[in-house]
Amino acid sequence: MTATAGSGPIPVDPPRATNTGHLHGRPFPAAARVALGDSQLRRNIGKATHTIRDKRAIVVDELADWRELRAAGAAIKDATMARLDTYLEQLEEQVTAAGGVVHWAADADEANRIVIDLCRRAEATDVVKVKSMATQEIRLNEALADAGISAWETDLAELIVQLGHDMPSHILVPAIHRNRAEIREIFNREMGKVGRPAPSGLSDEPAALAEAARVHLRQRFLSTDVAISGANFAVAETGTVMVVESEGNGRMCLTLPRTLITVMGIEKLIPTWRDLEVFLQLLPRSSTGERMNPYTTMWTGVTEGDGPQEFHLVLLDNGRTAALADPEGRAALRCIRCSACLNVCPVYERTGGHAYGSIYPGPIGAVLSPLLTGVEDNTSLPFASSLCGACYDVCPVAIDIPSMLVHLRTKVAALPEKARTPERQLMRALAWVMSSPSRWTRSIRSMGLGRFLARNGRFSSMPPPISGWTATRDLPAPPEQSFRDWWAARAPEDGAS
Amino acid sequence: MRVALFATCLVDAMAPPVAKATVTVLGRLGCTVEFPLSQTCCGQMHTNTGYADMAAPMVKNHLETFEPYEYVVTPSGSCAASIRHQHPWITRDYLDPELVDRVEALGNRTYELSEFIVNVLGVTDVGAVYPHRVTYHPACHGTRTLGLGELPLKLLHEVRGLELVELPEAAGCCGFGGTFAIKNADVSSAMLADKVHHILTTGAEACTAVDASCLLHIGGGLSRNRTGVDTIHLAEILASTETDPTVTAANGGQP
Repeated sequence: MTATAGSGPIPVDPPRATNTGHLHGRPFPAAARVALGDSQLRRNIGKATHTIRDKRAIVVDELADWRELRAAGAAIKDATMARLDTYLEQLEEQVTAAGGVVHWAADADEANRIVIDLCRRAEATDVVKVKSMATQEIRLNEALADAGISAWETDLAELIVQLGHDMPSHILVPAIHRNRAEIREIFNREMGKVGRPAPSGLSDEPAALAEAARVHLRQRFLSTDVAISGANFAVAETGTVMVVESEGNGRMCLTLPRTLITVMGIEKLIPTWRDLEVFLQLLPRSSTGERMNPYTTMWTGVTEGDGPQEFHLVLLDNGRTAALADPEGRAALRCIRCSACLNVCPVYERTGGHAYGSIYPGPIGAVLSPLLTGVEDNTSLPFASSLCGACYDVCPVAIDIPSMLVHLRTKVAALPEKARTPERQLMRALAWVMSSPSRWTRSIRSMGLGRFLARNGRFSSMPPPISGWTATRDLPAPPEQSFRDWWAARAPEDGAS
Repeated sequence: MRVALFATCLVDAMAPPVAKATVTVLGRLGCTVEFPLSQTCCGQMHTNTGYADMAAPMVKNHLETFEPYEYVVTPSGSCAASIRHQHPWITRDYLDPELVDRVEALGNRTYELSEFIVNVLGVTDVGAVYPHRVTYHPACHGTRTLGLGELPLKLLHEVRGLELVELPEAAGCCGFGGTFAIKNADVSSAMLADKVHHILTTGAEACTAVDASCLLHIGGGLSRNRTGVDTIHLAEILASTETDPTVTAANGGQP
């Protein structure tokens, strides 16, 4: 497949995300400071990320053509984005022909209104949910609650998060910040308040916890008429929508209720059925470190007498077209939400997901969240990275996250409110010095005098902004003579200027 | 072979022994090293903090300074990566798109030290002697952006007397990341704490790397905790010989 020019121009002023409470939070450095102090969290996340990281590395190494698969995944996504409008209309046509109904939502508010209307039309007071990032992004559960409709999460980890009145902290493993002792406690405390209580004498063995969740959820599946899901992929040529999962709870939601509503970001589209060959190899190995995920559910419209008899597909923009319009940002739309980048990130590994303030945490969250909201509403996330590049290495669709972070930092620095910051003044002064050989030479010569203020050849305490460094690290005293002065004294004839 | 040394601003101002060692090693391998005095900084700190526009004059100065040379060698994986991968787009966006070809060409003949010695000179044994227990930290930009892989280790394996001990979790970032170390000082410190811990478990006398910036950071943590473990740049190990050994605090010298 080849990337061709889009058949329609991108709107001049594409919509940004609305209802953005789950896409940004307080500044990352402050939130991270709190997270770093939570030793239980540090241990839980450190242990879990290392386990998944190692599993992924093993199953990726098994495939001799991983590099080619990765390039193919990136190319298919790029080609799809280049003609997204055409493929979306093809998808709508196919879904409609198969008996489904397609809704277009420019932003979170519109998507939530559509879903609420559909629930009301189905006279639903309760809905079951398949784990979905898109519905977390638009705060659908909160919007449903405001409309008097209770949404029940059925993914085990999402259930733990919901029962714990908590927020997801990982794209794939939303309760990664909890260990099994905490989960047992949440089940014991909360299950009985909203449905079937946890069995007495519940242990913290994973099998026992899973069984408690299974029994608690079974009653929900059998008594609820409406299900809401996200989607991993949708195939334009056939109108087929797909969810991959590990537990089978998703399949219960996708097959038992009478009405199924799927909220899908418009970038989840792939042109042809055959493209799945690539993505169904890339996704499970990158996300859970499995060769194949246990459950893959696919449906095309509705089938009489089998599964949901009403199917609604809500196509969500919520800032995606704006990301597509950004030449340096659009590669983020390749993301298949595998979370391999979270699992290898040295920052995420230590802070966990909540510090990012967005349900998209980690490296991909640090680019995706500001792309969806606009950088003005997410000024600290682009800086929440040491640019070490581990994320780019593992990304199954080759998103160059470090370069995108630098691009977003440039946008943040160019915001009107950043025009007069002390940081900008300092950087400007340094740039003035560093862009002139003579100013640079004089400046480092005078810096050498600073060594008289050092103790034992080092500084252990410096004023702001260097204080952030010297709080935990020494800084060596400047040398008596710079290299250039040594060189000039040694061999002045070799100097080019 | 005529080679221009790009010392980097950090080494020029804060770690002259690294540049001196680079001159020594390259000289021993038969290169004529020049240090064009009009060099300043590659602009990476500005670029990575969001001020690529301010880095642009530095990029221009870098091009004008080094364009006359067939080979440019720098004792920094990070700065080499910036010159190769960032200078072209900074030139396109903030200088003059017509210059991009020349900037790319310069990037392609700019080498990190170990890359130059192994891939261009075709040498792995530089005749160095350094009888100490050392661990190696694969600095991120050299390893990932430049793809140095095992090149620095190939050189270290040939150093007489050197006992190389493997660093646990070696690929983990030390937490430097330029202004990240200041803007996200707490996360950076947490990353450094783990790096320091892993270095201490090796029982090494010193930690080496291809970047003076990472070593400044790691060394800052080792020094603050009075671990007695030193940092030493790869160039300083390669420059060390029987008759002219490199002396650091860890092996009896003065800091």
